Amino acid sequence: MYRLILYIIGFLCPILSCFGQLTVCPECPINTVQSAVEKAEDGTHILIKKGVYLVNDLVIDKKIQIEGEPGAIIDGNEAGGIIIITSDSVHIRGLRIQNVGKSYIKDWAAIKLHKTKGFIIENNHFENVFFGIVVEKSKRGIIRNNTIHSVSESEHNSGNGIHLWHSKMIEIVGNNVSGQRDGIYLEFVDKSRIENNICSDNLRYGLHFMFSHEDEYINNTFMDNGAGVAVMFSKKIKMIRNTFIKNWGSSSYGLLLKEINDAEIKENLFEENTIGIHAEGTNRINYFNNNFVRNGWAVKVRGACFKNIFKQNNFLFNTFDISYQGNLNENQFDQNYWSSYTGYDLDKNGVGDIPYRPVKLFSYIVNRTPETIILLRSLFVDMINFSEKVSPIFTPDNLLDNNPMMREVR
Amino acid sequence: MIKILKYSFYDLMRSRWSYAYFVFYLLLGFVLLFLNNNLDKAIITLMNIIVILTPLIGTVFGVMYYYNSKEFTELLLAQPVKRSTIFLGQFIGLSVSLSLSLVLGLGIPFLFYGIMNSAIILNFITLIFVGAFLTFIFVALAYNIALSNENKIKGFGYAILMWLFMAVIYDGLFLISLLVFDDYPLDQFSLFATVFNPVDLSRILILLKLDISALMGYTGAVFKDFFGTIFGLIASFSMLMLWIIFPLLRIVRKASRKDF
Repeated sequence: MYRLILYIIGFLCPILSCFGQLTVCPECPINTVQSAVEKAEDGTHILIKKGVYLVNDLVIDKKIQIEGEPGAIIDGNEAGGIIIITSDSVHIRGLRIQNVGKSYIKDWAAIKLHKTKGFIIENNHFENVFFGIVVEKSKRGIIRNNTIHSVSESEHNSGNGIHLWHSKMIEIVGNNVSGQRDGIYLEFVDKSRIENNICSDNLRYGLHFMFSHEDEYINNTFMDNGAGVAVMFSKKIKMIRNTFIKNWGSSSYGLLLKEINDAEIKENLFEENTIGIHAEGTNRINYFNNNFVRNGWAVKVRGACFKNIFKQNNFLFNTFDISYQGNLNENQFDQNYWSSYTGYDLDKNGVGDIPYRPVKLFSYIVNRTPETIILLRSLFVDMINFSEKVSPIFTPDNLLDNNPMMREVR
Repeated sequence: MIKILKYSFYDLMRSRWSYAYFVFYLLLGFVLLFLNNNLDKAIITLMNIIVILTPLIGTVFGVMYYYNSKEFTELLLAQPVKRSTIFLGQFIGLSVSLSLSLVLGLGIPFLFYGIMNSAIILNFITLIFVGAFLTFIFVALAYNIALSNENKIKGFGYAILMWLFMAVIYDGLFLISLLVFDDYPLDQFSLFATVFNPVDLSRILILLKLDISALMGYTGAVFKDFFGTIFGLIASFSMLMLWIIFPLLRIVRKASRKDF
């Protein structure tokens, strides 16, 4: 009988965390987060009640859970980093963490994780942080439903919202990052999933990642950032159903691709960006079913791009559909819908009878001499575009969509 | 002068062509908005039309009106009225009536589609303003040409050529010079080159208002720095003013010396 009770307790313990629950509140015996963490053992659940707690560089090296009640605020008083996690399986949820100090030599963060596994950081609110969440050399963690917001003034004295370095299998889901330098930054991060995040009003990029392979980006929204999303030096990436809106400025773009191989870019929406996609040195990329709406340039293809396939995309009312440098290089345009297509469809099969040339002469000229852009929308330019369309001389004559669709691709 | 202005104005208001012009803009506005249903997009399309068409109409009407009312003008010249008064009166009457057709013709449809409540009201006003300016400028230039040419056909030919030069050929030369002098810093040059052509100047003014400036990269930044400031705006509108004033001065001088 005693044995059975012991078993039951043993079974329920992890769930109820009866290894101890510590409660922190301003009037309790434990009135600082630091002392609670000191007293805790592996498995302890720390509940933080309403109140403001000053915390600086608190190291968590035990497998504990920290949960905040509504109104629990952890304040760094702008004096440095706040929480540093070095243990596996730490959960942090429901806290409001604010006022991380700024530094030009250290990446002070609201929560920094170093060489950990299986962490969960969810439902927290970060306000006025230098770096929000920094993850270094970690595996299998979840960063979910956090809100990170700061007011950054310039790139050199601001930090990133979620910053991952040398990590694997991390899930970043449902976060809302605004007013940082980069919304989400990944470097050497493999096999991770980034889903349903909203990155807006960040100074530099909404999402910035380098040397990261086999990652998935699904359903994210990148809006009003300094320069949208930058993807560099990465392989086997999937970008699906993301939205890139209003990344507008003289050196801005929705999506920058540099040295990317074997990626899938599907069903994304690019709306009102100066440049929808800026591709440089990209190989074997499939662009399927994307919508490009009212961008300055929908797609700018620079040098060294091979075997990219643009299929069944919609190009709607862009100032320039495609800007292209160099030869066709086995890139393909097929079955896209172009709003500026003026051909006809006599056999009524939904496919235009004459091929469409997406590169206009003016776009070619602007590529050569950028100053000529000031002649945009002048009558003369319309005339030379027309004559080039009738008999192409300057633009690559094999760059064409042989099966332009007559209706928008759904 | 007011009397002659009034006479010219009422004369034109009664003429078929003013109505045709007014109805044309009215239809254009409605059709554009009907097809687009998007005020912002409609304004961009409208810009293309205004920048090219108002100068053309101004030119043609200006030349036509001068030659048509020549006999009446000669009658007026026999009266004790100052010559400059007669020609300035005719010029203002003509320009105002054309501008009125433009403002009403486009204003009515856009009012219907709720321009007042939208954020782009300022863009629209700029557009209309620029259109009116272009009308004044090209009527003045056309009057100059007509005054200098007794021969109707020649006058028409020169006037159309003048429009073609401003609207098309100038841009062509501009483009070629940009391509040829590719290796030099060109943004200052292009700034000057646009300021010296009222059509280009108007186009750039509207483009920058519509925030296409971001497309223009570094050159755009130079332009935005110039036209975006109050100083730049005043400078460019005073440049447009100069484009009216100089032809007018020439009209006055030419008219006072001309042997009718």
